[in-house]
Amino acid sequence: MINRLVLENLKHRKLRTALSALSIGFQVTMILSVVGLSQGMLNDSINRAKGVGADIWVKPPGASVIGLSGASMPQKVLGFFQAQPHITHAVGTVIQPYAGISSVSGIDYKEFVGLSGNFRFLQGGPFQTPDELIVDQWYAEQSKASVGDMVTILNHKWRICGVVEPGKLGRLFVPMARLQELTNNQDKLSQILLKVDDPKNTQSIIAELKKIEELDGYSIYSIEEFVSMFSFNNVPGLRAFIWVIIGLSIVIGFLVVSLTMYTTVLERTREIGILKALGASPMNILNILVRETALLAIAGWLAGIVISFGANWAINHFVHSNLQSEITPDWWPTTFAIAMAASLLGALYPGLRAARLDAIEALSYE
Amino acid sequence: MSEPIIRIQDLKKIYRTGDVDVAALRGVSLEVAKGDFVSIVGPSGSGKSTLFHILGGLAAPTSGSIHIDGDDLMALSDSGRTNLRRRKVGFVFQKYNLLPTLTAMGNIEMARYFSENAGPLDQSFRDLLTRLGIQDRLDHKPRAMSGGEQQRVAIARALVNQPAILLADEPTGNLDTENSEKVLGVLRDLNERLGQTILMITHNPEAAAYGHRTVHMRDGRIVRES
Ligand SMILES: Nc1ncnc2c1ncn2[C@@H]1O[C@H](COP(=O)(O)OP(=O)(O)OP(=O)(O)O)[C@@H](O)[C@H]1O
Ligand SMILES: [Mg+2]
Repeated sequence: MINRLVLENLKHRKLRTALSALSIGFQVTMILSVVGLSQGMLNDSINRAKGVGADIWVKPPGASVIGLSGASMPQKVLGFFQAQPHITHAVGTVIQPYAGISSVSGIDYKEFVGLSGNFRFLQGGPFQTPDELIVDQWYAEQSKASVGDMVTILNHKWRICGVVEPGKLGRLFVPMARLQELTNNQDKLSQILLKVDDPKNTQSIIAELKKIEELDGYSIYSIEEFVSMFSFNNVPGLRAFIWVIIGLSIVIGFLVVSLTMYTTVLERTREIGILKALGASPMNILNILVRETALLAIAGWLAGIVISFGANWAINHFVHSNLQSEITPDWWPTTFAIAMAASLLGALYPGLRAARLDAIEALSYE
Repeated sequence: MSEPIIRIQDLKKIYRTGDVDVAALRGVSLEVAKGDFVSIVGPSGSGKSTLFHILGGLAAPTSGSIHIDGDDLMALSDSGRTNLRRRKVGFVFQKYNLLPTLTAMGNIEMARYFSENAGPLDQSFRDLLTRLGIQDRLDHKPRAMSGGEQQRVAIARALVNQPAILLADEPTGNLDTENSEKVLGVLRDLNERLGQTILMITHNPEAAAYGHRTVHMRDGRIVRES
């Protein structure tokens, strides 16, 4: 019976119910989008790293795995690796960040496909001149670019010579020598990729490499170790950022529900008086408002998940090259708890106020 | 004669609003036998509603003694008064006071819910709905009903838990003559056929005449009976 009253009350003020549920929903979406983006971008990095096919990744001293840094490793160390037994390919690449979160990869085309296998071209083909650019499908779609178009990156004009399937190393590829020249990093590399004769030997090969004095300080990772570092914890500030978003959404949810429930209680003062005259105890009254709030929170949470699918689609559809988003169902229970907790906290004061209302005064309320 | 269902002696109620004390009841004594139908009249502010609020467990008495159906109201806590409202009394108000979001039946069910009166409605209550002439209006919400219909739903709601007393505070105050007569006729019928004890506040002498006797109040006291 209480449930019927609660439903009828919510139906009675459809617009207000919908708006409060939507505001709770947007808080849920806010959290899910931030988490979905973080996870999406990390997983995209992992896929691209794995897509290369290298067994061992070498980073210069002091370079972080995730941070984008320019080239700082002398090209001649390549020789050390090539001289090692069991290493079939040793290829240097240059990763140059530009425009914030984007980067362009400098590769020696022959060497790189020698290690990684051929690119799958959807359009065009390999570099014919040093000033050509290969882009992946996501970049091409987002920028509506195709073969023959000119693109300016790092103050240099490049002609797109090919569009490839995504999932290998980066999104934009240019000839390494030209990139080194443009960034004044002649003979410098950002990372070295190694392929070994038998992946089973990877660990022992790494152990041998670490013994070499000249490589002291270099970070040498197996592909598994390398991708395991693409996690929430290794992105500086990401965890704190997510906490801030969660905190904000709790505060906003609390305020929205407080206000909604406060006006609800005011508006229904007389009805609360009637319920008391019919024998409702203060707990009965609180119970009714708590159920109403809980329903709002559930509706808001569901709306939030639906909206997050929309946000996810929009991100991956319109800005797929810069941002990648994922649906993160493992966060649904967390966001449910957050929406519920914020809402119930918000309902607490108005609910107690209603429970304590004097029945006679409430009945004479106009 | 059997023990009266209501026994009030020297009942006082003082409202404390800020620094001023308002004496709403200044020593009321009254006995009501089971099956009685008492009309209460008196000028505005004479304490009629206050007496009902105390009888109905909506307000606590200040001093004196008051018993309903064996319960000592002076000794009741807040939750005791909640229980009194659930089981012993039914209220009918001038403004009907139906819950606007629920249907007529929803309103009745709500009263049953709080007094934990579960299961299907019994036949005698179904007969009552027919007598009240609202058996076809049970799916309607209050705003789709006339004032007279709403008041008859309120009476049904007040009686669904078979209360010891029915308290009607100006039940016809908002109704036209025709609807007033219908509602008063229903109250008399309930009293005569079912022996329902009824106390009714009214400003209308014709309405007061439906009761077996009329109690006159003035300045928080009962001044005479007729
Ligand atoms: N909650 C309250 N706080 C302070 N004073 C009150 C309160 N309720 C009633 N009173 C006072 O008690 C007195 C009696 O009021 P009551 O409502 O019982 O009168 P009444 O006989 O029902 O009048 P009416 O015919 O206008 O309904 C009045 O002076 C009123 O102002
Ligand atoms: Mg009154």
